[in-house]
Amino acid sequence: MNDPLTLHIRLNGEPRVFAADPDEKLLELLRRHGLKGAKFGCREGVCGACTVLLDGRAVYACLLPACLADGHEVVTIEGVGDQEHPHPFQQALVEAGAVQCGFCIPGMVLSAKALLDENPQPEDEEIREKMDGNLCRCTGYEKIWTALKAVIAAGGGGGEDAS
Amino acid sequence: MKAERDFQVVNHSVRKVDAWQLATGYPSYTADLAPAGCLHVKMLWSPHAHARLRSVDIAAAERMPGVRCVLYHGNVPRHPYTTAGEGFPEPSPYDQFVFDRKVRFVGDRVAAVAAETPAQAEAALAAIRVDYEVLEPVLSLEAALAPGAPVIHDEPDAYLPIPMPYCPQENIVARVGMEDVGDFADGLARADVRLDQTFETQYVQHAPMETYVAWAALDGRNRIQITTSTQVPFHCRRLVAQALGLSVGQIRVIKPRIGGGFGSKQEVLLEDLVALFALRTRRPVLWELSRAETFTSGRTRHPIRVRVRAGVTRAGALTALGLDCTANTGAYGGHGIPVVMCCGSKVLPLYRAETVHFAGQIVYTNLPVAGAYRGFGATQAYFGTEQVMDQLAEGVGLDPLEFRLRNHIRSGETSPVFAALGEGKEGVPMTIGSCALEACLRQGAAAIGWDRRRPHTEKTGRLRRGLGMAALMQGSSIPRIDMGAASIKINDDGSFNLLVGATDLGTGSDTVLAQIAAETLGVAVDKILVYSSDTDLTPFDVGAYASSTTYLSGMAVKKAAADARGQVLRVAAAMLAAPVEGLLLEGGVIRAAPDRSVTLAQVAHYALYERDQFQIIGTASHVTEKSPPPFAAHFVEIEVDTWTGAIRPLRYVAAVDCGTPINPKLAEGQTEGAVLNGISFALTEQYLFTPKGRLKNASLEDYHLWSLRDKPPIQAILVSSFEETGPYGAKSVSEISINGAAPAIGNALYNAVGVRLHQLPFTRERVWRALQSHAPE
Repeated sequence: MNDPLTLHIRLNGEPRVFAADPDEKLLELLRRHGLKGAKFGCREGVCGACTVLLDGRAVYACLLPACLADGHEVVTIEGVGDQEHPHPFQQALVEAGAVQCGFCIPGMVLSAKALLDENPQPEDEEIREKMDGNLCRCTGYEKIWTALKAVIAAGGGGGEDAS
Repeated sequence: MKAERDFQVVNHSVRKVDAWQLATGYPSYTADLAPAGCLHVKMLWSPHAHARLRSVDIAAAERMPGVRCVLYHGNVPRHPYTTAGEGFPEPSPYDQFVFDRKVRFVGDRVAAVAAETPAQAEAALAAIRVDYEVLEPVLSLEAALAPGAPVIHDEPDAYLPIPMPYCPQENIVARVGMEDVGDFADGLARADVRLDQTFETQYVQHAPMETYVAWAALDGRNRIQITTSTQVPFHCRRLVAQALGLSVGQIRVIKPRIGGGFGSKQEVLLEDLVALFALRTRRPVLWELSRAETFTSGRTRHPIRVRVRAGVTRAGALTALGLDCTANTGAYGGHGIPVVMCCGSKVLPLYRAETVHFAGQIVYTNLPVAGAYRGFGATQAYFGTEQVMDQLAEGVGLDPLEFRLRNHIRSGETSPVFAALGEGKEGVPMTIGSCALEACLRQGAAAIGWDRRRPHTEKTGRLRRGLGMAALMQGSSIPRIDMGAASIKINDDGSFNLLVGATDLGTGSDTVLAQIAAETLGVAVDKILVYSSDTDLTPFDVGAYASSTTYLSGMAVKKAAADARGQVLRVAAAMLAAPVEGLLLEGGVIRAAPDRSVTLAQVAHYALYERDQFQIIGTASHVTEKSPPPFAAHFVEIEVDTWTGAIRPLRYVAAVDCGTPINPKLAEGQTEGAVLNGISFALTEQYLFTPKGRLKNASLEDYHLWSLRDKPPIQAILVSSFEETGPYGAKSVSEISINGAAPAIGNALYNAVGVRLHQLPFTRERVWRALQSHAPE
């Protein structure tokens, strides 16, 4: 067993220090510390249920070694919003009836946040490209699409960082 | 009845009760809730499709770092059982054991390790020494049914717990069927156009985003608490008790939020072992399957070969409709019998045929294990029958839409198939109550622009478009078998706890059931606090399968809420010194006159604290006499690239009659999700095997689930009807819409390019080859 590394990560706006094994993935570290919103769906970097933001970019935390987050900023679903202060996309998903089993939703929210933070008015093709890495087996994406289009129509929901 | 349709809560798209907790990432799922300090389980899976275990040596593994327990056939109880979660006695063979001395597919259980970390458990697997006597694998229906084929289930203690012959010596679980309705041979002979075609569906998997996961821990009184991602908590409790030789009372099963199921979790695959490890180690034990393990060792859809024979007169009347189904159940037989019976019972009654034939058999092979999958046999059978309907229509010069409008079953009609085919036994006679299929056909056709449809002979060029359709039905619960129960009690503030055994696997059933309770009690839906699926605390329910929850459990909720409502009114009558009959309960207030009223909170307070105290609590159970079919008409437009064979779906319309949609947005969501799964089933999804029976594409990357980018626009149209036997007129909606895409796309393919495929999926290569061998007309 390798010695643990000491990692400095700005997690959801707060500077934190973690001990992690060199081969530990960021998702494992997050879940070990009680942040259970990001999910293990495949551990293959395909389903996107583990999506978090690393310096504002959506990444698969199931594949990312935790040590690569050292010195960086990580945002998880827990840092995006709550029922009182939700991200507009969370609000829209709830209103659209887009949350079925919900397992993919945290990842969807983070990918959409990354998309909207970069471009509050994306074209449809850009949405399809940026949301391509988050799989859902329940909804057929129809209401997820509706919710995202509603947020964009209302201005894109940027700048509402709860963190 | 008119008044009953003026709904306050039902038929409104209220917010899903768990939407916020899930959208904000609150820890809600099985793995999220596992306690710190769990042991982790890893399984040594069989590398062989068919082998006997001469010996298994666990001594070295037991000495590995962090290892706390190793289990294999030599140190566990041996009780035959089925992993299929169905009502007792299950229509599935007891052909499984916690561990056996034989392995029957690549991915079967050999031995398991519980260790302090997943890595330690994984490392210990390599130290287990197994001496396999490799046997000839049986990897196809032909091989399984050949004379002298190796016998897959030669263990003497397996049996079928229902009165039906079990034939493992022939690699057959059972043969099912019914007496022909009328003279089927004569029906075919009398037809002006008759068809005899065989269709075949492939191995596919549900692939919910959450894999199989469960954990168990002993409580202070040594009872086993299992928290698991299951669709069938009560069946799970019973089957774990059976597999381990325990009593049901020793086990508590809790289902938290589930990350999808679609039938895959109507199966008890992990719970026996986490329970046994917890008993042996007295530690909490967690077992999560990886995605690859879920593909290989989880459950799949039965591949079924369906021979369709049908005949029609020149006038467009069906004289004969018959199905012969041969299903591959893989290494174990769970769900095979009811799946094949549903090939008949959920499909044949859709059309008024003068003569009807149905027979089926369920065949063992050394391939992955099939089980329950949304659609449950109907999906496989509709693939062929709905393509045959199009061909019959063409044969007598009728538009496919017109053909279906003339021949489909209607309200007030019956089919002898309902009485003949149940699930593991005979069925229950049924007259169709609500049926809005005609409206579904017309509205769906209008939405897709069916009148644009032109024959393939008029189409030229590289890219050719086609329109296709399919008509569908399913059921709502299993009559005289399934039972659901509910109880509801009032709290001091006039809120109610609704306790149901029913199992929300992401469908929204907790919300739908809360709406039914709120409607009955005259309160807003947020006054109903739902708690579901905990075998210690909630009443029994068969679980989430057979499209039963809204129709069956919903009626139990309605009855329980009506019971509680009656108690509320009696208390209010005493408080108001007014007769019960004149009271009006609405918006949480009970009125005797405009100026004489009490609130629900006052009633609760009175009953709990003030006078003749008692708990206002209603309890009810429900068993159905019918399984009223939802109906649907699906339409698709596709574009076929004749150079590559690629089929691109452009637009999909699903018009569905689910009775009263209790929550329209959730009903649409069920439809949209089922449609997309149906489309990928039709076009891309399939298991690929090596010649030795190993699954080659056991990853999401290689199997490919469709993304937001892949999907076509899907339009769900809810066409209301009112099912008198359902809660507030509701029928089921969850399964039906997975059945349409395969035949509708098959019909659209023919309409585009004039070729018809009998094997799924419609891969580019398969389409391209068909185009090459298709003689130009």
